[in-house]
Amino acid sequence: MAILSAFQGFLASIGGTVLWLCRETGALAIFALSGTTHIFRPPWYPAELLRQFMRIGFYSLPVVGMTALFTGGALALQIYAGGSRFNAESVVPQIVAIGMTRELGPVLGGLMVAGRVSASVAAELGTMRVTEQIDALSTLSTNPMKYLVAPRLLAATIAMPMLAFIGDIIGIMGGFLVGIARLEFNATTYIKTTWDFLETGDITSGLIKAAVFGFIIALMGCYQGYHSGRGAQGVGRATTNAVVTASILILATNYVLTEALFPA
Amino acid sequence: MSATAKIEMRGVKKSFGSNHVLRGVDLTVPAGESLVIIGGSGTGKSVALKCILGLIPPDSGQILVDGEDVRRKRGRERERLLDKFGMLFQGGALFDSLLVWENVAFRLLQGSRRRPRNEARAIAVEKLRRVGLKEPTAGLFPAELSGGMQKRVGLARAICAEPEIIFFDEPTTGLDPIMADVINDLIREIVVEMGVTAVTITHDMTSVRKIADQVAMIHEGVIQWTGPVSEIDSTENPYVHQFVNGLAEGPIEAIR
Repeated sequence: MAILSAFQGFLASIGGTVLWLCRETGALAIFALSGTTHIFRPPWYPAELLRQFMRIGFYSLPVVGMTALFTGGALALQIYAGGSRFNAESVVPQIVAIGMTRELGPVLGGLMVAGRVSASVAAELGTMRVTEQIDALSTLSTNPMKYLVAPRLLAATIAMPMLAFIGDIIGIMGGFLVGIARLEFNATTYIKTTWDFLETGDITSGLIKAAVFGFIIALMGCYQGYHSGRGAQGVGRATTNAVVTASILILATNYVLTEALFPA
Repeated sequence: MSATAKIEMRGVKKSFGSNHVLRGVDLTVPAGESLVIIGGSGTGKSVALKCILGLIPPDSGQILVDGEDVRRKRGRERERLLDKFGMLFQGGALFDSLLVWENVAFRLLQGSRRRPRNEARAIAVEKLRRVGLKEPTAGLFPAELSGGMQKRVGLARAICAEPEIIFFDEPTTGLDPIMADVINDLIREIVVEMGVTAVTITHDMTSVRKIADQVAMIHEGVIQWTGPVSEIDSTENPYVHQFVNGLAEGPIEAIR
């Protein structure tokens, strides 16, 4: 009997988790849909949009730039070391370029921005929820989905590709610097090889990814903050959840997008 | 519906999981009167107000404002309905990213009632003056103000767009007795002067005696008693008697 009831408890916990997962997914999808439709329907809040754009885009520049610079540099060293095993040291510029634009620029940039922006958006909206500021918005005839969520979603979706593009350039520059300083590449040849090798598709695919990641970053921050639990603990949990779910979703979506953009 | 009812709740129920907060609330707020809802913490006072404002959807029952069902309102219609309301939140709920005057004039800075910024600022300053705050306060951030001043700013924001109905959620909680009295006087003055319908929720009896025309007692999700403020001391109702006199013994259990 004891075994049977333990087994039932086990089944019940699986069932409970599945149900919870379905409910969360559904709620998130509805939230995303509602937030997106509000981007296209007036009234709009251009001042809010600009403020969020500065905060999400401009102030993330140092973080994304640093990440790209060091990643590009390390990538060059690794490819050189790996390439030398079969006398292919000369591929460094090509692989750095393709690695940065297609994968590392958008993904690592996205993860860094997720840490920065998802967390701060979740904490901000969570605090607004807890202190009834979101309710206050409604009573002032302002739809919080329009005033708070839509500008953040739009700002992040526009800002992230720009950040990724700048990250691409800085990352390739990181590889270039290591290439000429440590690996005895010729500067002109390095730049020419990179330029000749890169295709538009390499860059645009990365930018498409970045736009999707930007949306995910803002969405998770807004969703978790908007539905934050009570008190400091609730806001703390919302912040953690936002960063974790945004990061995992970015990595998972990255695989799906790579499959879609570059079918094997 | 009687001709003078501004707000009417009929059999409003709301549960959160197994917690039945409202178990059929029937309440009428006559136009131009000040109704105070009293009751212990966690008895559903705030939930009732939030149901009227549509911030929480009730499970069942009807809520009428000026004879119109608020539950079916969406988008623009809902905005028009909410334009009738002003609300003073318990913690002020001021937007901390905006200046004091931008908070007060929030309604005048966006949406259909949009006005030029300097005009909106002038109105905000005038409303701030009405609640006893001087002009320099307008340029500060809410975090730079004391609790009493934040309440005043919240009050100024609630009255800024000339609402027909004002809700006060625990207006004196967290204030010292003197400041509480000042806020009570201010609320009474504003309600009388503007001729609005006011609904206040509180457990502060001093507040009740100062601002109420009518009193409603809520307990266990049901309105137990309603009557004019003059009768709260003489009523036979055991709930009201226990609450008004602050007794540990009575039908209301102290463990909640």
